[in-house]
Amino acid sequence: MSDKINLRIDNIAVSVEEGTTILEAARKVNIRIPTLCHHEDLCVAGNCRVCMVEQTGADRLLPSCAMPVSEGMEIQTNSLKVRSARRQIIELLVSEHRADCTRCYKNGKCELQELSSEYIIGESGFIDLVPLKVMTIDNFSPSIIKDDSKCIRCQRCVRTCDQLQNIGALTVAYKGKNMKISSFYEKPMYEVVCTNCGQCVNRCPTGALTEKTYVEQVWTAINNDKKHVVVQTAPAVRIALGEALGMPAGEIVTGKMVSALRRLGFDSVLDTDFTADLTIIEEGNELLQRLKKVLVDGDTSVKIPMTTSCSPGWVKFIEHTFPEYLENVSTAKSPQQMFGALAKTFYAKKVNVEPEDMVSVSIMPCTAKKYEADRPEMRSSGYKDVDFVLTTRELALMIKQAGIDFASLPEDEYDSFMGESSGAAVIFGATGGVMEAALRTAYEVVTGREVPFDNLNITPVRGMDSIKEASVKIENPLPEWSFLDGVELKTCVAHGLSNAKQVMEAVKSGKADYHFIEIMACPGGCLGGGGQPIPTSPAIREKRSKAIYKEDSLKPIRKSHENPEIAQIYDEFLKEPLGKKSHQLLHTHYTERNRY
Amino acid sequence: MKKKHLQRLDLIFKNEHDIEDILTKTFKKSNEELVNDLISSGLKGRGGAGFPTGLKWKLASEEESDSKYIICNADEGEPGTFKDREILSRVPHKVLTGMAVCARIIGAKKGFIYLRGEYVFLKPQLMEVIKEFHQLLDKLKLDFRVEIFLGSGAYICGEESALFESMEGKRGEPRNKPPFPTQHGYKSKPTVINNVETLAHTYSIFKYGADKFKDLGVQDSRGSKVFSVSGDTPIPGIYELEFGMSLQKFVEDFGDGDAKAVQVGGASGFCVPRKKFDKTVIGYQGKLRGTSLPTGGSMMIFNSSRSMYNVLHNYLDFFVEESCGQCTPCRVGTQQLLLGIEAVKKGEQPSSYLEKLMELAEAMRITAKCGLGQSVANSFSSIVENFKEEMIY
Repeated sequence: MSDKINLRIDNIAVSVEEGTTILEAARKVNIRIPTLCHHEDLCVAGNCRVCMVEQTGADRLLPSCAMPVSEGMEIQTNSLKVRSARRQIIELLVSEHRADCTRCYKNGKCELQELSSEYIIGESGFIDLVPLKVMTIDNFSPSIIKDDSKCIRCQRCVRTCDQLQNIGALTVAYKGKNMKISSFYEKPMYEVVCTNCGQCVNRCPTGALTEKTYVEQVWTAINNDKKHVVVQTAPAVRIALGEALGMPAGEIVTGKMVSALRRLGFDSVLDTDFTADLTIIEEGNELLQRLKKVLVDGDTSVKIPMTTSCSPGWVKFIEHTFPEYLENVSTAKSPQQMFGALAKTFYAKKVNVEPEDMVSVSIMPCTAKKYEADRPEMRSSGYKDVDFVLTTRELALMIKQAGIDFASLPEDEYDSFMGESSGAAVIFGATGGVMEAALRTAYEVVTGREVPFDNLNITPVRGMDSIKEASVKIENPLPEWSFLDGVELKTCVAHGLSNAKQVMEAVKSGKADYHFIEIMACPGGCLGGGGQPIPTSPAIREKRSKAIYKEDSLKPIRKSHENPEIAQIYDEFLKEPLGKKSHQLLHTHYTERNRY
Repeated sequence: MKKKHLQRLDLIFKNEHDIEDILTKTFKKSNEELVNDLISSGLKGRGGAGFPTGLKWKLASEEESDSKYIICNADEGEPGTFKDREILSRVPHKVLTGMAVCARIIGAKKGFIYLRGEYVFLKPQLMEVIKEFHQLLDKLKLDFRVEIFLGSGAYICGEESALFESMEGKRGEPRNKPPFPTQHGYKSKPTVINNVETLAHTYSIFKYGADKFKDLGVQDSRGSKVFSVSGDTPIPGIYELEFGMSLQKFVEDFGDGDAKAVQVGGASGFCVPRKKFDKTVIGYQGKLRGTSLPTGGSMMIFNSSRSMYNVLHNYLDFFVEESCGQCTPCRVGTQQLLLGIEAVKKGEQPSSYLEKLMELAEAMRITAKCGLGQSVANSFSSIVENFKEEMIY
């Protein structure tokens, strides 16, 4: 039995569950009510007032995003009263927004611009408030630019930072005309507890929050004949780039992306997936070594659970928030930084280029990677290991600038060496992917057998549940790992920093006895990263996730340790996992940071 | 000829020391009887919005919850209003009595007085009264305690849901409604929130009976009301008057003989020009009839020496500062109204721009998230409409 609520919207009968909002009910019958502060990932705010609708017989309008339906309601979404109010509200927003659209990074991708084009015909009569106020542009961060003059105070960023990430780097300050989105003590984002995850950038409707772009620097490098420009592409870019170039979500565009990168003029088109496989070898061995030290040697200086270190947002988060657990973080660098260190040493030698003549560029689904590349410890090659980090969006922009018709590009293959990868590396892009990849390898190293899951698919760690737990019992290990016989390897996977915080609090309180924890700062993992195409939503991330696991299933090699280039690089260069070279190039350390 | 003065009452401020008797008597009645008494008395919220008090208590009593709250809203911040300060300093025990009865009816164990930050000087004496009151409650075996919560000075925190947010340690911003406080109030629990004066009136109702209270006032506006009279008057101060008086009578009693306008209900209320004095009645049904005006009790009288442009400018200045800044119509609309009238006055915009501003004020009224933004139009439209030439020249 279901108690449906019946109402009419624009004279169309709708029947929905109790508690449904007018906005949701309207969408069911394909009536689009414009919104601004509303975002599917966030709680209802009801503060922009763009989505106001008229209820027949009521004096005031109703915010359709916040108002639950009631029996017999008659709603008009486009009455004269609604149109007049909506037009004025959009005009008010424009009056406090620096509308220099043609010079704006978000030109053509701005939600306010889109609404204005529909509702403001001709001159807006209101007084321009922008010149009357002192507004700052914070561009100190290597990742994110915050331009208050473009801000329309919808608070999507505030809700993102608070609810999804539980950080609160962005909050509302002051009231009335001075109300603004600010940071702690109005310090630059660079100085406060901001993880650079860029989730706010993903949800900002205007150009108030954008990534710091390095597109011009990369073009300059490409056009410099003396420079050998190497590019690496992160796992999650290949399943999302298409969205920014007019393709539907969930399209795998790996081959077209490789073609495009060659067309853009990169000298070597290589794959971060290669170093994702390498990360599994290093991190997996680190985990086993930690377990041995704890379980056999009783070494109390070695910390368990070990957490992953691939997500730079997560790394900065733990440095700020749980610094007493820094020794629990795997010392293995992220795939991006392993790649950078190898590019200017091993690869440079291989292609006979002096490292100072090499420019290393990475394409990432992430804004925090820009910060990571800037960390002072990320210069193991003697140079800046990764010179420029571009987001998926920036790559799409370059492709557009170059006049490339992306959809019609042929599929191409990565260069070798450092272009080969396994399916295990691809799934790094989804929450649970690193865990699955690590288990595929670690279990086999220990037992000599494949993980006991159907077709290597470790489904308990897949999917969008906020915190996932899985345990794998180790039976009949190889003789050298006999101490693990009967051990139930307990793992945990979390994505989004508010979930990460929950996991860390459980660890801190002693309630959780995990051995290995995977944490990704962004919802859904890297596929939902702060550098991915806008918009994002649960449905879009679901499609990207499907594409990632499809890409994995299509790969001939699905385990990191079976990647032949991995075997080769140990043979030729690194010698052994956790060896001297590895420590020099592939591992790092962490720094305690301020907590306010 | 001798003028017949308005009847001045002394119900609220009469210093009665019989709260133990009243509470004992009241507690003998069933909750249902008490709620019915309140409903039949016709008492409506004295903060200005005029929601029926008995109904509010009834709704909260019907909610199922492990904890409920009764909050006395003493965040008196409307410009020109100072009656709650007087009530709390002179007869706080009446307010506490009202809270205790409400607590028993709805099943609350905890009550708060949300005291305006600027009234911090009242806190020590209130603490004393509360301490004594707690002893009385122990004697009467009512498990109920009252605490004082001091506001921090934002006007918006007098809005009930912003007040809850503020008490919860968050930014004082109004919430979306529904849900309403009787369902999701303080800490998301069923909460009754009443104005200081409303609670003091419940004391009179419990003491003298609903009928006595109902005898005062006019249809839909029962009882008496405490008014804060200020502006161009020889006798500013606090007056308790019967509901339903005409503004003409009021001005005759309180004006200086040269009143050109009365601002009823403070900055968020309406401005009534001289020619409409005799047609305007002070009472709740104004929202329906248009001839009578609701008020939280602020009555500001302006004589002919006053510039109504300056009056409006002053109000808009206030709103531009005191909007929480959350919703677009209020945050940006108030700024546009202020800059707009300045531009017209300076000749930077044509006088026809006032029409655009009137349209904006109307849009704010129907789209703003809370009462603050919705009521900016009240003073704006009534002043601009009635004193248009003062806006231009």
